[in-house]
Order: sequence, then structure tokens, then C-alpha cells
Amino acid sequence: MLAYTIRRILLMVPTLLGVAILVFLMLRLMPGDIVETMLREGGGNVPAHVIEQERVRLGLDKPIHIQFISWFGGILQGDFGASMWTGKPVLHEIGSRLELSLQIALMATFLAVLIALPLGTLAAIFKNTIVDHVIRVISIAGLAIPSFWLGMVIILLLLTFYGWIPPLTFTSFFEDPWRNLSQLIWPAMAVGYRYSAVATRMARSSILEVMQEDYIRTARAKGVYERLVVARHGMRNALLPVITVIGLEFAFLIGGLVVTEQVFNLNGIGRLFVQATTRGDYTMIQGLVLLVAVTFIMVNFLIDMLYAALDPRIRYK
Amino acid sequence: MIRSRFAVGAGFVGAALLTTALAAPALAEEPRHGGILNFAVGAEPPNYDCHANTSFAFTHPVRPHYNTLLRFVPDNYPEVEGDLAESWEVSEDGLTYTFHLREGVEFHDGSPFTSEDVRATYDRLRDPPDGVVSIRQASYSDIEAIETPDDHTVIFKLSGPNAAMLANFASPWDCIYSAEKLAEDPNFPRQNILGTGPFVFEEHAAGSHWIGKRNENYWDPERPYLDGYRAVFISGAPMVNALSAGEVLAEFRGHSPADADRIMQQLGDDGVRQEGPWACLLSVALNVEKPPFDDVRVRQALSLAIDRWGGAEALSRIALVRDVGGILRPGYDYAASNEELESLPGFGRDVEANRAEARRLLEEAGYSDLSFTFTNRNVPMPYTPVGVFLIDQWRQIGVTVEHEQLETRLYTDKLLGDELEAGLDYACDFMDEPSIQLIKYISADKSAINYTGSIDETLDRLYEEQSRELDVEKRKELIRKFEKHLLTQAYQFPTIWWHRIIVHHDKLKNWHITPSHYLNVDLADVWLAE
Repeated sequence: MLAYTIRRILLMVPTLLGVAILVFLMLRLMPGDIVETMLREGGGNVPAHVIEQERVRLGLDKPIHIQFISWFGGILQGDFGASMWTGKPVLHEIGSRLELSLQIALMATFLAVLIALPLGTLAAIFKNTIVDHVIRVISIAGLAIPSFWLGMVIILLLLTFYGWIPPLTFTSFFEDPWRNLSQLIWPAMAVGYRYSAVATRMARSSILEVMQEDYIRTARAKGVYERLVVARHGMRNALLPVITVIGLEFAFLIGGLVVTEQVFNLNGIGRLFVQATTRGDYTMIQGLVLLVAVTFIMVNFLIDMLYAALDPRIRYK
Repeated sequence: MIRSRFAVGAGFVGAALLTTALAAPALAEEPRHGGILNFAVGAEPPNYDCHANTSFAFTHPVRPHYNTLLRFVPDNYPEVEGDLAESWEVSEDGLTYTFHLREGVEFHDGSPFTSEDVRATYDRLRDPPDGVVSIRQASYSDIEAIETPDDHTVIFKLSGPNAAMLANFASPWDCIYSAEKLAEDPNFPRQNILGTGPFVFEEHAAGSHWIGKRNENYWDPERPYLDGYRAVFISGAPMVNALSAGEVLAEFRGHSPADADRIMQQLGDDGVRQEGPWACLLSVALNVEKPPFDDVRVRQALSLAIDRWGGAEALSRIALVRDVGGILRPGYDYAASNEELESLPGFGRDVEANRAEARRLLEEAGYSDLSFTFTNRNVPMPYTPVGVFLIDQWRQIGVTVEHEQLETRLYTDKLLGDELEAGLDYACDFMDEPSIQLIKYISADKSAINYTGSIDETLDRLYEEQSRELDVEKRKELIRKFEKHLLTQAYQFPTIWWHRIIVHHDKLKNWHITPSHYLNVDLADVWLAE
């Protein structure tokens, strides 16, 4: 197990390096830069020498390889640089938004697991019955309805019927739990519904597949109670693909809630991503891409570890 | 002559009347102290330096921390009054401006405000040290010397008369900084807030909100009325929802007619709608350095094809544009009257005759089947509807146009580059002033915002002459000549002027709309009803 873990950790290094090089080069291929946006957005008569002076200040006049060495050298020392837009450290800018994104991802995951596992299991057990049909309708609707649309509907319903909308600014759960939840429960519900639909579908098909296996038939032949067959032999094996789906969805939620964050005016990582891209804030985009890459790699690593824990055949290989 | 209030230009009467009329009910009420004003801001500033910014995203949250030398009277635009200057004198030859400063004013850190602070600020504006960005440096190039005979007097000596100078001293961008802090670090204001304004900086939560609290030591003991304010960074539909729910009481840039209607419907009697002309213009810029737009006949044809009068009426129902005008805002004293406009190429009321002439010009130039790409900004309001409108107008003279909508960064890059064919250009200024507005049209080697590449010595000469002319009538004459020459050459030509609509909650009192969304945002005079 230790060798397996070390091998997985070592594989992260080239992946991250590849991501860093790729994102750095791709950004430099895009036309336009942040200085134009920063100084000319209001339509002012900004002299060319002022634009050039700002480019020099931000280091954009240097050759690309020098810029890369400077940036990557900083990362190796834990310095991700400063946002070209605000001048504040990238880690500070990301850090101030990470709590919100992380909380929504956790709440949505919790909701999804809470809904998906029982519904997926019930649908598999009662295959082709009315129970299965109802669950399938619910889950297909979840897949078909975009989260942001559901979010808009939630907001409009709250506004129309109660003349109220969730708080506009984020308050930490540890500071004011009620205010925090009254802001984040709605996006978590909007996102969690779609998320649960994906996981429900996966759980249902996975359990159905596992329930056809020889060892299930053997257990039944030995007279094991059906409940035990499902819980002990079926669920444990059927969970592997479900965990993968849940893990990848969780990683996606950290930086991928772009439109939902806009709908609910949430100051999260997704919105920061859009702002940084629109402005051409290279250092911020690079930092964010690395964050998302690290999140995916870590989640994949955890999934691999869970696989190994749940299925001994994997770690013995 | 000594002034403590002064109308910059005589003809802003229309706007002044409009705002006064709208303000009448609020003025009747007694101001009340207390309360926190929550308002929306659709974007966020990149840094905290007034001298290095150009967007409302900056002025709305940051300006309440600062004072300027003069300011526009909140309820009587374009009248100017003293802010940190108590009174001022202008010499007869227009070369010397003497300001008498308020006494007993303090910066938020308790240090006293003196004439040295004004000098240091304007030195930074006109001659910024290395690494300091002063976007409006050109506006102060006529300042030859700044003298400070005592702590409360500052004298500006100009190298030549400048018709725009007084307006520039009231610019909302010219925040007065501490000389001491600038001496320590010329870029101090980039990341720090230290002003003398009605509100003290408390918090900037990046991406979320900005908080200011009442300056208890403000030089005007009555003001500000508010205990503080919170600017929430929010835009689009969430902003409309927040206004409708009363989570924010106002947004000070402007709404589309549809959004304004929706908010008013939701707020009912609690909503107040103010509207008026906006000193913002969308114009068509043609790259005259390349065919086919190096041919004046093609340029004229494109301008002639536009039914500005009909378009203004139709577009005003769906977009925040309304008035037909030339190169200066309709209603402004120096702007062309409707009669004068109608005699200019592209502004005649007989659309069919204009279009027949446009077709003839295209045929004569050998471009009967003209097609090109029209670059636009992917900001829905009002860029998209105006872009679509223009393309439809050109289609009616047989021109095929591809609409290319780009995000701001790519759009700006395209306008500045050689690849531009034609684009929808924009200009929004803090006030009506020909020297500010006309700079877009002088030769491209003299103006950083002339994207057409045009070089025209006649325009350059007329611009210079009008900027030095202190006689109103003579200046008007020069501006008319400038306008006629520009619209005949049609390197770039106006479409339709913006129309500003603000909907705010009735609780917000004593806020008055002006033709610029950069003005009247220091919040010193507004108050909240219970």
C-alpha cells in the first residue's frame, strides 16, 4: 500500500508541471493584455507611454521564458505572485473566496450523497416498478435542468412570493451560521439536485450490474438475507464508480460554478475565474488553474486510495 | 473676479432644470442623520488611485473618501462650487487661478490639509514621477507653475488660456492626496486610501463589497448625513433582483428601460425614477488607413445610410440611448441645435434621399457590393442593440456586415490594432466640455483614443483654437466648423447619445441625476428616510 501511495504521489509532479507550462503559454497566445483593460475601459485618452509604463511595471515587456522562470521560481518557493489587476497576492485573492466555494461544494456533495445513495439503491432493488420509474423521472429531470436555471427560478420565487432574496455578501459559518446558511443553502440546493441526479443514475446502474455478479448469486444460494446481500456484498462493490463520480463532481464544483455564482452573486472561485479571464489577469488565471489542477489531482488521489481500501485487488496489483 | 459658485458654460440650463424639478420633493424634507446606505456597483476597481482610473467602478465606491478642489453642485449641474477651495479668482487674461482653501480640514489620519497637499497632488497629475500613472496628464499640460504663498492659498499659473481649466479643477478624478504621503511614496494612493472626504475607509472585501464610515471630523459639521455606506459589487440580473428586493437602495450608473420598468414595478410606490441625457456616445470608427475606408465616399455612404431620428425613437424603447446629436451632447450649450444638425451629412430627415445618395456614392467609389466586419463590445447594453441597428441600416443600402462582438480586452485590442475594419467606439466623460469630448477626433498621432488612424490638420487646428477661445460665441463657431468638417470627412461619426435612467428606493433622499455617472457620488449630501 505504501509503494502504491508513493507511486501515485510522484505521478502528480509531472502532471502539475505540464499544467503550469500549458496554461502559461496558452495565455500568452491570446491577443490583448490587462493594461488596456485597466486603463482604457472607461474610454479615457490614455497616452501610449502610460500604457507602456504599466506593461513594464507588470513585467509584461520581458521575454516569455524570463516571465515563466520568474513565475515558476516563485511557485517553487510558495509565492504565486500578485494579481495584475489588484496588485494583491494571488493566494490572498483565492484564499478570500475559497471558503465560500468549498462550503458550497461540501453542502452540495452532502445533499447529493444524502439523496443519491438511497434513491439509487431503491431504484435498483425495485427495478422496473413504479418506485424505479418515479426515481428515474426525478433524476432525469435533475440532469436536464441546468443548475443556474434552477437557481434563477429559486431566486425569482423568493423575490415574488416573499419579497426577499438571499444575503448579497458572504458571512463565514463560524461568524454567523444562520446568515451563512440563508445565503448558501439555495445555491447548494440548485447545484446539489443536478449532482444527486448524476450520482443516483450511477448508483442505480452500478448496483444493478453488481447484483448480477456470481458472488451475489452465491450469497443468495447460501441463503443470506436479501438485505444483507445488498448492503454487505452489493453496495460495497457498487460504490466504486459512485465514489468516482462524486469525487470528480466535487472537484468540478470548486472552480466550475461560474454561472450559478453569478446568479446568486456569490464571490467564489468560479466568478474570480471569469473576472480574471475577462481582464487578462495572467498571474491570477495561472494560480486558479493550478488550484483546480491540484484539486482534481488530490481528489483523484483520494479516490485511488479509497479504491484500494475498498478493493484489495487494486493495491495488490 | 471672486467666485464661490460658477456655471461652467451657460447652456446646461436644460439639465439643471430637469434635475431641479426632480429634486423638488426631496428638498422639501428635512435631512436626517444616520443609517447605512447599501448600493450596487456593477464592477470593481483595479486599484485605489483616483489619478489612474477611468471607470465608474472606481468613482462609486472610492470617491466618498476624497474631496477635490472644486466640485459640481449636486443638485444643479453644471454649476461648480468650492469643495476644498472656499473661493477662487481667475485673472482677466485667464492665466492665473487663485484658490483660497478651507481652514481646519484634516486628512483621515488627523494630519492637517494645506496648500502643499494641493500642489503635490497637481504636480503628480501634470508631471507624474516614474511608475505613477496619471491618465489625465494632458488636461493639465497648460499649468506652468503652482505657487503656495501660504498654507491656505494656492495659485496656478497657466502658459496659455484654457477654456476647460475650471471644469478640470472640478474633475471627480482629481482627489487631493496628502503631500507627506506622496513624498514618502508617490504610489501610496494605489493601495491606500487617505483623503479628507466625508467617509473614512473601513473595508474592501475583494469581489464582494466596499465599506466606508462617517468621517466624524469632516470639515462640514452637518455632513455627511449617513453613518456609512456599503457598496456591493453586483451586476446584471442579480443587481436588478437586489434592487427589487430592497437589499440595495440604488445603483448609480444606469438601467436599461426594461430593467428600470421591472424594478419600478416591484418597488411600486417605494421606487423613484430619475432620468436625463447622458454624456456618453457610441460612434462608428472606420479604419481610414486601409481600403475601402480610405475613400471618403464610402465613409460618407455609411453615415448617410443611418436613420438616426427614426432609430433613436425605436431604440429608446429597448436600450439606454435616446437623443440624436452631433459630437457634443444634445442640449449642451455648445452642441448643435436640431436645425444645425439636419444640415450636416447623415443627419437629414429625408432618409430615402440620404440612402439614394449613399448608394450612388458607393457605386461611384466602386463598392456596390461592400462587405466588412464590424467590431463591437460584448456588453449587452447598449452596444448590442445599437450594433444590430447599424448593421440593419447598412443592409438597406446593400452593404453586408458581419457583427463581431468581443469581450472588452479583445475589443480594445482590435480597435487599437491594424486589423480593424470598422468598430463601434464609445466615449463617456465626467462633464460636457468640448476640449475633453473633441480630443477623440483630432489626428491619431495626437489622440490615443482616435482609433481610425486619421490625420487631419484642419481638425487639429480648430481643436487648438477652440480650446484657447474664452469667448463663448466665438468658441461655438469654431466647434461648428470642427463638427462640419469631421462629419463631412466621416472618419468617425456619431450614432445615438445615451440616456441615463436611475431607479432608486424612495428611502434614499437628495440624490440627483446628472449627465455623467462619474459625478455626484461622494454621498456627502444624501440621507436616508426612516
